[in-house]
Amino acid sequence: MKPLLQIESMTKLFGGVHALEEVSLDLHSGEVVGVIGHNGAGKSTLMKIVSGALRPDHGRIRIDGETVTLDSPIRAHQLGIEMIFQDLALLDNLNATENFFLGRELTRSFLGFRWNDAQRMQTIAKEAIHNINPHFHRFRTEVGLLSGGQRQSVAIARAVHLDTRVLIMDEPTAALGPEETEMVRQLVLRLKKRALGIFLIGHDLQDILRLSDRIVAMRGGRVVGTVEAARASEDDLLGMIISGKVPAAALPGPGAVTLDQEKD
Amino acid sequence: MLKWTRERPVLWILAVMLILGAILSFLSPFFLTVPNLTNLLKQVSILGLLAAGQTLVIISRGIDLSVASILALCAVVMGGLMSQMGLPPGVALPVGIALGGLVGAINGLVIVKTGIPPFIATLGMMGIARGLALVYTQGVSFQLSSPTLIWIGEGTFLGLPIPIYIVLLVYAVLYLLLNHNSFGRNVYAIGDNEEASLLAGINVDRHKILLYTISGVCAGIAAVVLISRLSSAPPNVAQAAELQAIAAVIIGGTSFSGGIGTVESTLIGAMIMTMITNGLNILGVSSFWQQVFVGVIIILAVWLDKLKGR
Ligand SMILES: Nc1ncnc2c1ncn2[C@@H]1O[C@H](COP(=O)(O)OP(=O)(O)OP(=O)(O)O)[C@@H](O)[C@H]1O
Ligand SMILES: [Mg+2]
Repeated sequence: MKPLLQIESMTKLFGGVHALEEVSLDLHSGEVVGVIGHNGAGKSTLMKIVSGALRPDHGRIRIDGETVTLDSPIRAHQLGIEMIFQDLALLDNLNATENFFLGRELTRSFLGFRWNDAQRMQTIAKEAIHNINPHFHRFRTEVGLLSGGQRQSVAIARAVHLDTRVLIMDEPTAALGPEETEMVRQLVLRLKKRALGIFLIGHDLQDILRLSDRIVAMRGGRVVGTVEAARASEDDLLGMIISGKVPAAALPGPGAVTLDQEKD
Repeated sequence: MLKWTRERPVLWILAVMLILGAILSFLSPFFLTVPNLTNLLKQVSILGLLAAGQTLVIISRGIDLSVASILALCAVVMGGLMSQMGLPPGVALPVGIALGGLVGAINGLVIVKTGIPPFIATLGMMGIARGLALVYTQGVSFQLSSPTLIWIGEGTFLGLPIPIYIVLLVYAVLYLLLNHNSFGRNVYAIGDNEEASLLAGINVDRHKILLYTISGVCAGIAAVVLISRLSSAPPNVAQAAELQAIAAVIIGGTSFSGGIGTVESTLIGAMIMTMITNGLNILGVSSFWQQVFVGVIIILAVWLDKLKGR
């Protein structure tokens, strides 16, 4: 089966610093790929490229085997790629519903003009956010005044809709309490069943092990190796992140640089 | 009271206006008379129109310093088309308004394409548009006499001067745009966090170009009112009116840091500015002192705004 998403030799420089160097990675539908690595390893940079927020210096992205040009977040949305950013990227002065529909407002025609359909947007946003977080009720409050978990609910609900095929979650539980973290975990498992491909970026290795099918470790802008979550231990992951040591059980294929290659 | 005004900022600013009105009518019996109030409405119209477009620009975290110069350029071009080329107002006025939109669109394009900050880009345009107005007229002002202009300048409908209807129409359109159209939501979003807006899939560049175009169109409409009231089109008119317009927007509670503000509050802000100059005129305060007063009021308004935001 063709991978849903293929990242090929992605390279990005920030003023001479290699944030990404020849990174290749696959994602299948119904698969959760965990992406781990130290601060500054290049995880966010890679995912920002996939979501159209950053342009790479070179490299290619394929969807269903076809090369695509991701030159803007709008284009990425059209292709069904949604990203929950590390800093959430919500608009603090707008409420949950307004954030939910930002950039894709529902309208209705009246006297020949298109007007926002506030009623319908309210209903749909409410349902979608309740789907993620049944306890959420502050729909009229500016999201700048909400708690980390409530904000995360809005951000996730925004990203998960009928046309979402690839979901990128950049440290989705970093700002959350235990209960809300559990909510996100359950959600990831539910979305996986809906055949979404999910990139899950995180620092909690136990969490990543539990939720992912495959795990990719990055270091200094490169992929260290890829392992199957079911056959890897926390120590394997630590070894890859810290010393770039690839466990014996590492998978071949894109992104799976073996120790021998690393040496040349 | 503070909570209440925070949720409905327009009420806060309305209260300030009413208190100011009460003080002025206490100081001068002439303030609260029909001729003076009519006069007040005529006076507020040009400032109100310039401030209308400016509000949207400032909500998006930009600024448009060129509005008064665009007004002058539009005024002389309308004047030239009528007095030199003999075109009827029905042609000359729309062409002039469209010219305002064009100059505004150029502002937007320069800001978006070059990344020059709006303050600098529109400062440049302020010089360019005023300079072109002077070049076109060689510094002299066209005298105009047309029944249409006289009707706009002197006429009334239901007892109110015509310009006030133009102002209300413009504000109604902008109100609907800001509150009931996706364009408005996006303008607030851009002013709050431009990067997040981009990530949400908003075409930020297109919105900015449109915003400065709207500001230019408002300046063009203000030019119609101006030449109607003056029956002439002097190229050096409305000097520093951009600062008054910005002041009206700020007094109305629109935040310079973007993402917050309403047009209805700006209209009241423009009323307050006009009442102060009108009141000081009635009281016989010299125009030199008036500038000092207006400066103090602007600082006070922003300070009060900070206080109630706590
Ligand atoms: N806009 C930018 N300008 C300059 N350098 C950048 C920029 N964004 C990222 N970098 C650099 O690129 C490298 C990779 O950063 P990135 O944010 O992708 O790391 P990360 O793996 O997501 O780290 P973290 O775990 O801290 O989120 C870092 O060295 C970072 O300093
Ligand atoms: Mg990151």
